[in-house]
Amino acid sequence: MLKEEKPNQIIFSETLMDLAASDRNIIVTTSDSRGSGKLVPFSEAFPDQIIETGIAEQNLVGISAGLASAGKNVFAVSPSCFLTARALEQIKNDIAYSDHPVRLVGISAGVSYGDLGSTHHSIHDLAALRAINNLIIIVPADNFETREAVKFAYHSRNPVFLRFGKKPMYTLHNSETRFEAGKAITVREGSDLAFIANGETVYRALQAAMLLEVENIDARVVSMHTIKPLDRQAVINAAKECGSVITVEEHFIHGGLGEACAATLMEAGISVPFRIAGIPDEYTVTGGQNDILSHYGISAEGLRDKAKKLLQLQTQ
Amino acid sequence: MQNTVNDIASLEKKSVMYRRQILKCIKHANKGHTAGSLSCTDILNVLYNRVMNVSPNNFSDPNRDRYIQSKGHSVEALYTVLSDVGFFPESELYTFSKYQSHFVGHPTRKVPGIEHNTGALGHGLSVSVGLALAAKLDKAPFKVYTLLGDGELAEGSNWEAMMAAGHYGLDNMLAIIDYNKLQITGPVDSVLKVEPLREKIEAFGWEVQETDGHNLAEMEQLFSSIPFKAGKPNLVIAHTVKGKGVSFMENNHVWHHKVPDDNEYATALDELRLE
Repeated sequence: MLKEEKPNQIIFSETLMDLAASDRNIIVTTSDSRGSGKLVPFSEAFPDQIIETGIAEQNLVGISAGLASAGKNVFAVSPSCFLTARALEQIKNDIAYSDHPVRLVGISAGVSYGDLGSTHHSIHDLAALRAINNLIIIVPADNFETREAVKFAYHSRNPVFLRFGKKPMYTLHNSETRFEAGKAITVREGSDLAFIANGETVYRALQAAMLLEVENIDARVVSMHTIKPLDRQAVINAAKECGSVITVEEHFIHGGLGEACAATLMEAGISVPFRIAGIPDEYTVTGGQNDILSHYGISAEGLRDKAKKLLQLQTQ
Repeated sequence: MQNTVNDIASLEKKSVMYRRQILKCIKHANKGHTAGSLSCTDILNVLYNRVMNVSPNNFSDPNRDRYIQSKGHSVEALYTVLSDVGFFPESELYTFSKYQSHFVGHPTRKVPGIEHNTGALGHGLSVSVGLALAAKLDKAPFKVYTLLGDGELAEGSNWEAMMAAGHYGLDNMLAIIDYNKLQITGPVDSVLKVEPLREKIEAFGWEVQETDGHNLAEMEQLFSSIPFKAGKPNLVIAHTVKGKGVSFMENNHVWHHKVPDDNEYATALDELRLE
């Protein structure tokens, strides 16, 4: 049984405090979201390094660009649903196009706010941001990946988007694991089928792999933490070495990880049985995060069933 | 302050030269936002030649003053002034709107002297607030100057930025509204009423002054005297004439981005004479 640890948002805040201890130039901007961003300890430790913009995401991103333009190391923190929709034009023009290395931090992403309804779901964010040039997009799967992703973003000279959820995460990696932006991490080796997942769904894919193991199906699990730039070679290797691929994401089926992987395989001339597990094109079912993901088969059992169905397809 | 131009008569000559240059550039490209560039020419002239501490020599200095042109479509005026103060040779102006030129129809940082990419309206003031906050945090001496259009005030993000600047008491920033009272469709107040403009902005915690946006001496005096009141962000409503300097373009919204034909161009240059 894997060990449950902290929500990635708390790891983000803790890592930021470590960095801010030696860098007075780190500035957090927030849109009345320091509580949900777990930034209260940061705001108490570094009161001069947090700027409140009120509930005004467009202004949050514009101000962040201005601060970065003047040399500040800015982390702009806001619920992903608002940050990436309300302020999309500011992200596009003031951050990415103007090339100001702001770290955009989308909190409570995916369906973290599941029971608050579709206004608060952020299942469009990766599709919207993938269509913007000059933006690195990272969706960490556990506390280790989060810590490393925050450090990477801090040192990056390019704009970065980090996506975090609210729930405690399970430790997926050991002390040997190395994190590199743009390089997928194989969480579990396997040769019969590959799950390529990111964020909170990696653990679910790993659980599915464990269920499949009982049925003598050896599933690989890949954490594709960086969705842009995508580790194309890891996708190609997964397809070639495992023969079937299921992508898993807490995101709309359009425009996210699944379509990025599909395009990679098509362009490489590789055709294998392939499924995208995500939120389908419909009014999202109501319920909490777990209810919603399970409803759409993004659960240990659901992913196991998808895998078995796909493998039968392969043998026909 | 640069004081590169020492007397108002010389400054006025520059304005004429700039307007001629803007039209030449637009005519050469057969594209451009004509009337809005002519309306803000004098504002830019005063800022770059008499007020702001920014030049090609200090552009990498973190303490240089910052200029953000929120009404990015009037880029021809900005390119013209930047060229004149030495950021790049005049010849580069004639690549405006051409294939693979950095001199596109809205400001980009690939052009020397540009601080921030603009063009989508309602962005510049928020970025300026960020710059002004950074200066306050660092106790840095630089000031932030922002040029806003009047039509773009319909963008709600401007009012978010105004709230924030008022809240943080950013007296180190000056926003100037190029208030020519016309936008692409027609009179601003018929498209979406902005009046009472001064009262609205004052209600957001700013100190507001009004001026003739073509009176160079008056603008120099005003722009150089910020903060108007300690602890409050500064705004000048500059009353301007869209298409200023060319009789048939003045106060006619069709010239928003119309290019003069050969006869109109000749007439315009005839009107814009260096005495």
